[in-house]
Amino acid sequence: MTPLLEIDRLTTRYVSARGARVVEAVSDISFRLEAGETLGIVGESGSGKTTLALSIMRLLPPGARIAAGAVRFEGEDLLAKSDGEMRRLRGKRIAMILQDPMASLNPLFTVGDQVGESLRVHEGASRRTAWTRARELLTAVKIPAPEARVREYPHQLSGGMRQRIVGAIAISCEPRLLIADEPTTSLDVTIQAQYLNLLRDLQREHGLALIFITHNLGIVARMCDRVAVMYAGRLVEIGPVRRIFDAPAHPYTRALLESIPRLADARARLTAIDGQPPDLAALPVGCAFHPRCPKVEDRCRREVPTDIAVAEDHRARCWLAAR
Amino acid sequence: MSTPMSPSASPSRAASLTLAWRFAAFHAEGFPVLPTLILLVLVLTAVFANVIAPSDPEIGTLGERFRPPAWQVGGSEKYLLGTDHLGRDVLSRLIFGARVSMVVGLTAVLFAGAVGTALGILSGFLGGWVDQVIMRVTDTWLALPALTFAIFLAAVVGPSEMNIVIILGAVYWTRYARVIRGEVLSLRERDFVRLAIVAGCSKWTIMRRHILPNVLNSAIVLGTLMLGVVIVTEAALSFLGVGVPPPKPAWGLMLADGKKGLMAGYWWLTVLPGSCIMLMVLSANLLGDWLRVKLDPQLRQL
Amino acid sequence: MTLLEVDNLVKHFPVKGGFFTGGGVVRAVDGVSFRIEAGRTVGVVGESGCGKTTTAKVVLGLETPTSGTLRFEGADLQTLDAAGRRRYRRSVQAVFQDPFASLNPRMRVGAIITEPLVVHEQLARGEARERALRLLDVVSLPERSIDLFPHEFSGGQRQRIAIARALALEPKLIVLDEPVSALDVSIRAQILNLLRDLQARLGLAYLFITHDLAAVAYMSHTVAVMYLGKLVEFGPARAVATAPQHPYTRALFAAALPSHPDERREDVTLVGEVPSPLAPPPGCRFHTRCPVVMERCAREEPPLVHTDGRLVACHLYSPTPGVGPWQPQRAAPGSLTSPSFTTGGAP
Repeated sequence: MTPLLEIDRLTTRYVSARGARVVEAVSDISFRLEAGETLGIVGESGSGKTTLALSIMRLLPPGARIAAGAVRFEGEDLLAKSDGEMRRLRGKRIAMILQDPMASLNPLFTVGDQVGESLRVHEGASRRTAWTRARELLTAVKIPAPEARVREYPHQLSGGMRQRIVGAIAISCEPRLLIADEPTTSLDVTIQAQYLNLLRDLQREHGLALIFITHNLGIVARMCDRVAVMYAGRLVEIGPVRRIFDAPAHPYTRALLESIPRLADARARLTAIDGQPPDLAALPVGCAFHPRCPKVEDRCRREVPTDIAVAEDHRARCWLAAR
Repeated sequence: MSTPMSPSASPSRAASLTLAWRFAAFHAEGFPVLPTLILLVLVLTAVFANVIAPSDPEIGTLGERFRPPAWQVGGSEKYLLGTDHLGRDVLSRLIFGARVSMVVGLTAVLFAGAVGTALGILSGFLGGWVDQVIMRVTDTWLALPALTFAIFLAAVVGPSEMNIVIILGAVYWTRYARVIRGEVLSLRERDFVRLAIVAGCSKWTIMRRHILPNVLNSAIVLGTLMLGVVIVTEAALSFLGVGVPPPKPAWGLMLADGKKGLMAGYWWLTVLPGSCIMLMVLSANLLGDWLRVKLDPQLRQL
Repeated sequence: MTLLEVDNLVKHFPVKGGFFTGGGVVRAVDGVSFRIEAGRTVGVVGESGCGKTTTAKVVLGLETPTSGTLRFEGADLQTLDAAGRRRYRRSVQAVFQDPFASLNPRMRVGAIITEPLVVHEQLARGEARERALRLLDVVSLPERSIDLFPHEFSGGQRQRIAIARALALEPKLIVLDEPVSALDVSIRAQILNLLRDLQARLGLAYLFITHDLAAVAYMSHTVAVMYLGKLVEFGPARAVATAPQHPYTRALFAAALPSHPDERREDVTLVGEVPSPLAPPPGCRFHTRCPVVMERCAREEPPLVHTDGRLVACHLYSPTPGVGPWQPQRAAPGSLTSPSFTTGGAP
């Protein structure tokens, strides 16, 4: 059976205005996503996780180019599609939720118009049907008093409420895949918990596949079935969440897990990762993590590690994983 | 995702990288080569006017009146760009005119800039009644039409180069005050200003060390843009006879003198100084526009 | 020894009326009392609008309190003379969240670090440089950093510079306002560990403000939980983090993200959102969202009472006159810390 989404050796580069600086933000990345599955993509700023999402959506900013690879969605190559075909796909089959709900909503339109917009664009629904549907969607994302809310404008709503509206817009055309880029970063702890619960409920009800882009391993632990760890544009490890948390194969994943304070065990001293995140324009030779790696060997300084299968459905780009 | 600005493992490598990057960026992205060259030539002309000019700009030979430029019939090698109604060499007058424009323009911009920036910082940082007073005065000032106001002042104090500078400064400082105040209002809320208060810096120290260096960029950009405005105003005042007093060779004055000859076909008396004014103002504006984009980190990121 | 004593702090911001709305008062901080002991960390947690940042600003002297007193080493700040205020300024420094906004982009690192020293001690150039080098060493930055500008550093390195600057005057208390929230995940542990090491080495006290519950548990000796301008729970970090008592604290820690997929939390999901601080609910401010709300919660404001080695402001733990044998001792303002946890073990 074909997976819902298959990324095959995808490479995306940013080229500066005069071509002087070429930055490979996404470098040779492959993974698959099955229908209804939740994949977490974790990485620090500059790791390429957002560029990866934008590459899948074909929403890259000018100056960024997909240099190689394929993105297959339901068996079809998205990179071969025309802009018009992509437009029809976005919002309908693949939806996206961004970090800042205020920037995602147009301040000049009512909630009802914005939630119904996709329906009108993609399904040719009338304004009236779109509004009726918008009310149902607001109920689905657990917004109290949807009758009144459809008539309100984004500035009249709280941050948590706005992000719910964005969620309602995302699911309005019943997409198969939802990409959420740091959807809860701007929310408070208790509002974040509400929102994560909501996303999980929506996913179960609609059989959505979810890609969760985050820097927060806690969100991954709570939400995801599988996790992909990115570092300096490369996918350094991918596998089932439990396995990655219990037996990470890549030293970066391990270090990341050990460097995060835990509520249950607050006394233990954190193991910090030395050094700074790398500059994508001047990556170290060999494995990009080697200057910060506690287990670095000679080979790491020379050769970029290949994708190595550690176990069933668990791969890592580390020479140590080969043994 | 944005590419990282300059995170790096070692500060020294980062330093050399940014330096190289800055150098490269200076050459790239629409740097206005021609306007800069023109301005440079004009500045050099102004500085070395007495070396370059073939003859005295203020004393003419009445017998050689209204000579056309050298390439026209009746022109002479001696007067490359012709002569005016008093038989003065137009080329020499243009060359010395550059000096007048430059001196008046630059000093007026500096004067207006210094006053406006200082008041803008005080207004924005101190707030309260200081802000109220300065901004009400600025509003009143801006409500007056700049040129009329300048003519009025010039008529009151009488024409001289020094007076022109003071008048232009007095008319245009408000533009700086407005822009700089806005900038200061946002700077004041930045964390490093808060931390300076926590560190025990006085208001004076904060304005001098933390606010002023951070508004200098805007002041320089504004200054470049204002240079054009100031030069045009100076030319207008001279044209109207309340600016640089004759026989000083100011471009505006030359234009005024030359307009009588326009109907008689003495085109070089108006077209040439007019072109000089246009070239200079256009160059200053283009350079200012480029600087504005270049020095504004928010625009630069786009 | 008590370093800073905050007693019944109130900070209200008047709001100008809009075209359609009347004016009002934002009750950012509404009667908060706590103590910071020398060499210890008090963590303040709460969601946006709870007043934690305003509290920090008042402590830093960036805002003047509407009412209430701050006592530093026993002396009331309001009665201090100029020299006393200067001493207070020297003793209390800060590190803010955004290392990109907290360093003047036009100053070299050396000048940034030594600015507080120059202001307070009129140091000679050479001496200032020497002090700057020593401070850079303390925060593990290379010596050559001294002549560079902030934009030449990454976020984590900048936060080290900010810490070095805060240390320059050898303060007794540093206010840390979300010091790692803007940093990359792999850098956070570096900075948290550095701050902990500095505390052990230099005997610093911290007022650590954050929304990251795990980080607060890692850093703090004592934790204060705030909700809508009020303190709802105040006690030893471990006790509060592992066995929260106030329904809000319980919900807050239940909402914290797990550190492992198998970690299960108590299932307390709060409904609704934080009410506006312009018009906080009467009685207990949390009663509109409280899962165990009682009838009296809407009427009476619960006092802070000693419960289970900490202070909790909730009617579940309040003494009910004449009911039952259980009569917890009511805490008097100004004596809010009990010795049992102000001298508690290291986190």
